[in-house]
Amino acid sequence: MPKISQKAIHKYLRHDKNFPHVWCSGCSNGIVLGATIRAIAELGYKKDNIAMVSGIGCSSRMPVYVDFNTLHSLHGRAIAYATGIKIVKPEMKVIVITGDGDATAIGGNHFIHGARRNIDMTVILINNNIYGMTGGQYSPTTPYGDRSTTTPYGNIDPTFDICDLAIGAGATFVARTTAFHAIEAQSFIKQAFEHKGFSLVEIISACPVIYGRLNKKGDAPAMMKSMKENVLPIKTFEKLTDEQKKGKQKRGIFVNKIRPEYIEEYDKLVRSLQDEKGRE
Amino acid sequence: MSKKNTIKKREPVLMQGNEAIARGALDAGVNFYAGYPITPSTEIAEIFSYELPRRGGKFIQMEDEIASISAIIGGSLAGAKTMTATSGPGFSLMQEGIGFAKMTETPCVVVNVMRGGPSTGLPTKPSQSDIMQARWGNHGDAPAIVLYPNSVMESYELSIRAVNLAEKYRTCVVLLSDEVLGHMRETVNLPDLSKIKIINRIKPTIPPEWYKHFPENPKYPMPMASFGEGYRFHVTGLSHDEKGFPTNKAKEISLMMERFRKKIEYYIKDIVQIESFFMEDAKIAIFAAGITARAAKEAVMKARKRGIKVGLLRPLTIWPFPDAAVKKYLGDKKAIIVPELNEGQLSLELKRVMGGIWNYEIRKTKNIVELHKNSGELITPEEIFRTIREVK
Repeated sequence: MPKISQKAIHKYLRHDKNFPHVWCSGCSNGIVLGATIRAIAELGYKKDNIAMVSGIGCSSRMPVYVDFNTLHSLHGRAIAYATGIKIVKPEMKVIVITGDGDATAIGGNHFIHGARRNIDMTVILINNNIYGMTGGQYSPTTPYGDRSTTTPYGNIDPTFDICDLAIGAGATFVARTTAFHAIEAQSFIKQAFEHKGFSLVEIISACPVIYGRLNKKGDAPAMMKSMKENVLPIKTFEKLTDEQKKGKQKRGIFVNKIRPEYIEEYDKLVRSLQDEKGRE
Repeated sequence: MSKKNTIKKREPVLMQGNEAIARGALDAGVNFYAGYPITPSTEIAEIFSYELPRRGGKFIQMEDEIASISAIIGGSLAGAKTMTATSGPGFSLMQEGIGFAKMTETPCVVVNVMRGGPSTGLPTKPSQSDIMQARWGNHGDAPAIVLYPNSVMESYELSIRAVNLAEKYRTCVVLLSDEVLGHMRETVNLPDLSKIKIINRIKPTIPPEWYKHFPENPKYPMPMASFGEGYRFHVTGLSHDEKGFPTNKAKEISLMMERFRKKIEYYIKDIVQIESFFMEDAKIAIFAAGITARAAKEAVMKARKRGIKVGLLRPLTIWPFPDAAVKKYLGDKKAIIVPELNEGQLSLELKRVMGGIWNYEIRKTKNIVELHKNSGELITPEEIFRTIREVK
């Protein structure tokens, strides 16, 4: 993997009045942003050709910092906005930045239907297990029993496995890693970009200031360490006993397959109509 | 393949109101449509799904109305002329997207073929009860341009106008219709394409580093960049500065809000359209829009035959409300009859405008006579005629 220098990253950032960023110290969003930009730099995508779309939430603040065509849309709707952009300008590389609440609670409908259509876009989902921007309410990925400002007695809601959800809905590239595994994240994001179809990269992240504090998970380094120990490669994870699997998650590429992509299918339809016209 | 929706143009054709809306939008250059099925607007989506792939345009049926409005805003930012169509319940769902389009000054057109409400209400019956929703539906103070035709031909014309106004003023324009107007068929003579005035988006020519997506003092129409063309601007629903970046500075927020307000205030003459029918010597006036105005016209004719001096003032632009025309034409009338298929939405606005005049200027005018119906039936010419006789 070629090394992308820090200086190269700067080329992709907006140097207007957007810094310092809004994220808390110890937040993983910056790591994901770095991995995303390095993946883009590696692939040599033109900035003009990238549309980065987000919803609402901590992670969704990302587009304002990068020098692409950027759209900070409505809560949960990023994939729907991105769908409109992609259909009208199929030549653009469309990237969706979203979070666990944004994509799987309020945006769950758009998420599953984007995956079902297999429309060509990459969804980078930063999963911090909490609603950070509003101060720490439980999300569809807050683990059972955990504290949030709206589960003062512990969470009784079962959780979503976001990757399983995407696979079930028909996504054709599904991967999970963590902010600790930044190089792996970069590699997964790069592969997702190169994939034709709906690709999802879930990146488990640390929110030490809100989730971590409410659940006594320690500071940012402690949470990073926990991600290292508890999110294991698929093979390692599968070898564990059921007892050992408790509290652990697997990371890796779960699905990477080819299925007809929406824009290509639409183009095919248009071509068949033109042929029909030509014959008349 | 059947050609049910391919119309032989420039000859008189029998056309449905919904079809006329789709036809007008296509002629105005709409090349991306995203929608979700709902009675009584579905024909519009069906026609687009047939026509757009044949014309190099794009059609998609989204998973709900929220996704539909989101997709057309995204598509508009990518450079397309966009439309979606829905009815009351779907229109309610679209409100957040409509607010976003107004906030981010992204052109798009939303058609609302009104049906009886509230809630699921009367899917197959007409209503005019979304007049206020079309104005105030989104949260926050935002400009509203809302048009409402009263015939199939006018559905075609105002559909073109809605697209033009959206492109010119960079906002979400709402085109109202209703179940009867949408489903009835009339003979129409579509004008030659060369005779239709189409407003296209102007592309910026300045270097990208000078480009401001939200300039302080815009002149409409103004250059607007699209995604993927070298300008790399930022769009957010947050209060933003001239470049589109979020801001908390009171001065910048005021400028933004002022721009929204001026967009309507400064160009109101260009936006507002009204029809006055036998108003010159009228003692009694009827103020009605859309399908109800047709019944009102009939009633005016009937009354005139009996020597009653009555006229009709009909707004084609519902919002911004035609304050000036209302004052000019209705200020000296003995009575104003306001028939509408709701519980008094137009009349409420009329009272706002007329209240001032009547209280302080012309005290001789008696009253506003409201004629409401919200049971899914139309107001008949006879009912309006009876009211005319009562107030005479």
